[in-house]
Amino acid sequence: MSTQRFILFSLVILLVTLVGAPAFADDEQVLTVYSGRNESLIGPILAQFSEDTGITVEILYGGTSAVANQILTEGENSPADVFIAQDGGALGALAAADMLHRLPDATIERVVDSAFVSPDRLWAGLSGRARVFVYSPESLEEHGLELPGSILDLTGEEWSGLVGWAPTNASFVANVTAMRVLLGEDETAGWLAEMIANGVQAYPKNTPIVQATIDGEVVGGLVNHYYLFRFLAEDPDITATLHFFPGGDLGSLINIAGAAILKSTDQPYDALALVDYLLSDTAQEYFAQSTYEYPLVASVHPSVDLPALAEIETPEIDLSDLADLQGTVQMIEDSGALE
Amino acid sequence: MSLADAIRPRLRLNGQHQVSLARWHVGNRKLAQVVGLAVVAVVMIPVVYLVIGAISADQEGLEYLLRARTARIVGNSVGLMLATTLCATAIAIPFAWLTSRTDLPGQRAWLVFGLAAMVIPSYLTAVTYAEAFGPRGILQSLLAPFGVERLPGIRGFFGATLTITFVTFPYIVLPLRAALLHCDRSLEEAGQSLGLNRWQVFRQITLPQLRPALSAGTLMTALYTLSDFGAVAVMHFNAFTRAIFIQTASFRMDNASMLALLLIALTAALLLLRSWQRHRGRHYRIGVGAQRHLEAIPLGKWKFPALIFCGAVVFTGVGIPVLVLFKWLAGHIITNPIQVPMTLLMRNTIGVSAVSALVVTIAAFPLALLATRGTSRFNRWLVNAAYAGNVLPGIVIALALVMFATRNLMSIYQTLPLLIIGYSIRYLPFSIGATESAFAQINPRFEEVARSLGLSPWAALARITVPLARGGILAGLALVFLNVMKELPTTLILRPIGFRTFATRIWSSYDEAFLSSIALPGLVLILVSAFALALILRREEALG
Repeated sequence: MSTQRFILFSLVILLVTLVGAPAFADDEQVLTVYSGRNESLIGPILAQFSEDTGITVEILYGGTSAVANQILTEGENSPADVFIAQDGGALGALAAADMLHRLPDATIERVVDSAFVSPDRLWAGLSGRARVFVYSPESLEEHGLELPGSILDLTGEEWSGLVGWAPTNASFVANVTAMRVLLGEDETAGWLAEMIANGVQAYPKNTPIVQATIDGEVVGGLVNHYYLFRFLAEDPDITATLHFFPGGDLGSLINIAGAAILKSTDQPYDALALVDYLLSDTAQEYFAQSTYEYPLVASVHPSVDLPALAEIETPEIDLSDLADLQGTVQMIEDSGALE
Repeated sequence: MSLADAIRPRLRLNGQHQVSLARWHVGNRKLAQVVGLAVVAVVMIPVVYLVIGAISADQEGLEYLLRARTARIVGNSVGLMLATTLCATAIAIPFAWLTSRTDLPGQRAWLVFGLAAMVIPSYLTAVTYAEAFGPRGILQSLLAPFGVERLPGIRGFFGATLTITFVTFPYIVLPLRAALLHCDRSLEEAGQSLGLNRWQVFRQITLPQLRPALSAGTLMTALYTLSDFGAVAVMHFNAFTRAIFIQTASFRMDNASMLALLLIALTAALLLLRSWQRHRGRHYRIGVGAQRHLEAIPLGKWKFPALIFCGAVVFTGVGIPVLVLFKWLAGHIITNPIQVPMTLLMRNTIGVSAVSALVVTIAAFPLALLATRGTSRFNRWLVNAAYAGNVLPGIVIALALVMFATRNLMSIYQTLPLLIIGYSIRYLPFSIGATESAFAQINPRFEEVARSLGLSPWAALARITVPLARGGILAGLALVFLNVMKELPTTLILRPIGFRTFATRIWSSYDEAFLSSIALPGLVLILVSAFALALILRREEALG
């Protein structure tokens, strides 16, 4: 082959790849899920869904508020059919932007408590998660500390450098949003600033906080309740344990992981099949057994030693009110927590 | 000196400048220009969309840019750049000298293992350093018998500097070593005969001769630092790339574009500064006679300290990352419920890297031809523009391409072609550079002779130019392959949904603290990269 032909040939191949590849990719019907939940938490049950129903699923993973933002930016063009979020606020934000499909009554009514579904039936909670303070009793004793009565007490000098948090984590962002709603803007910004001034240790996610607590890098940290049980499953000798802030404290918010169907979906039936599947006993058992979350249907119960969902004294708040995640993200960034 | 000229490193071969010809003897100039223009149009997409993104920012966006925090980000990036350049130079000079000019035992092995530090991606080095030097890390457990309960922790400026220093010092060692091996020994001897001691000879005679090499190496380190994402992300150091990633990942595109433009300006300013103060003295031999074989300088009683130094450098740069990965491979840590077969990761990573390297090499070809065989103003402009990747960090290209695709070409959004375009823009300069210097070394008289003997322009290109330049073209190909394989931020942002590579697997495992699933992909990635690097080095060695 002459060089001229070779170059032309290569260019043609290049062009065909560039133009052709996306066209080929579109041929197959694939349900696209945008997940704000970690792959390790939701991936196995989505794979199970594909196996049980024959519906192919492709999943984009990211932080909940990031993924919500991505859907907002992509707008009508978004490839997403289903959105799975780590908190009610992000679902509320998409609902407010009028991007969500209304869910049928039968789906909504599976959920045991109306606090865990959208008032407008635009999203449904899949599992419950409590915000807690995970701590190591040994470290607590070593530093001569007592358990904090409130999340606000962690700014005390005695906790200096001994607390971990994950400032970019969606559950944390939702928790701070709740603080903004109940405490006010200035108080919340003040709390963030005092925490940072007090040398709070930042981690990328919840799991490293639990690891750091076990390692004694920090005495304790602000996390969701279920992460510790993953460590206990590997090593039952771990002594770290959970503290639920008492008296309806802001630090013991109960949030949900939930799902919604995008209005722009071209596969509404497959999408609904997925949401219903995630509320089925099979999936709820999976959440209870494998992710150690609170199941949200009446027929399934938590698999680990936890206080019942109804017994946790949680602050009075409507999860849909936590929609202004953007404002919280901005506040956290302005506080310097990411530096 | 225009900015465009600064972005593109000028060729220098033994003091002789670029080969220029009045006439075009090979290939087809028009076709080369058309294809070159098409390539440059693609390369310019990021710049255009960043400007659009920044212009469309509202008042709020402007306020974002003007906040005190933005100045802090600039300060962080510049401070990190200065620190890494300084530290890497301080390590590279003695390391290069010991491994090239002295009678250090095991010289060759030290060199090879030292250079291996550059094949370990920065995020991997950073993750392993965090484990080794963390408050309750491996170092602490070794110090525990001496009563050390916790270490201060290395996240932040210190950790980022440490990581990038050890990832980049080979970039300074390579040119330094070449310069040390070629510098004029007779000058040193003259110095010695005039009564200088060994240290004075090094400082007053050897070091000045190394200045061009040092300048090239430190520039590489500085540029690497500004564009690196992995180390600063793992070490939680808020440099530009991390700030841009956080904004991009949350789809706050106008904020991200403004930060990105500022980073580009900073990078361009650095290049301009360097090209202005480029040393203008002569560094090549002017004496007559052949260059003599260099005799190894005996280390004498310094042999032991020199061995300790080289051992420490190699252990920190390569030993710690590899040992920590092995520890995770064997260790009992929380298991990742998501298992991905290594063969899949291998196929994806090597496949996308190979295709990208091929695309880049083909795209670079007409531009390298224009650079060496055509000297019109338009050609110069075209080639300089193609070097834009040198000032566009991966995260910036990714951000701009997402804006481009979501706004104007939804059909390529989240597809492999977009990812490959992203890699290509970033690494096109590597390939043009390698191809260009290979072309420049070919005496154009060969082509003229071929033409005069009746070969068509295309035939001359195919039968004379390309075969002679083959080595350089392949070296460029391998270099692009090596870099794409390790690339993180572009891959994270532009990959199709569900597409996994070694880099994304390592990143997501780190993100969720599944350390055991970092180990195997990490080790395999290092092994494959080392193989690619060995190929490149062998070739350079063969060239002498």
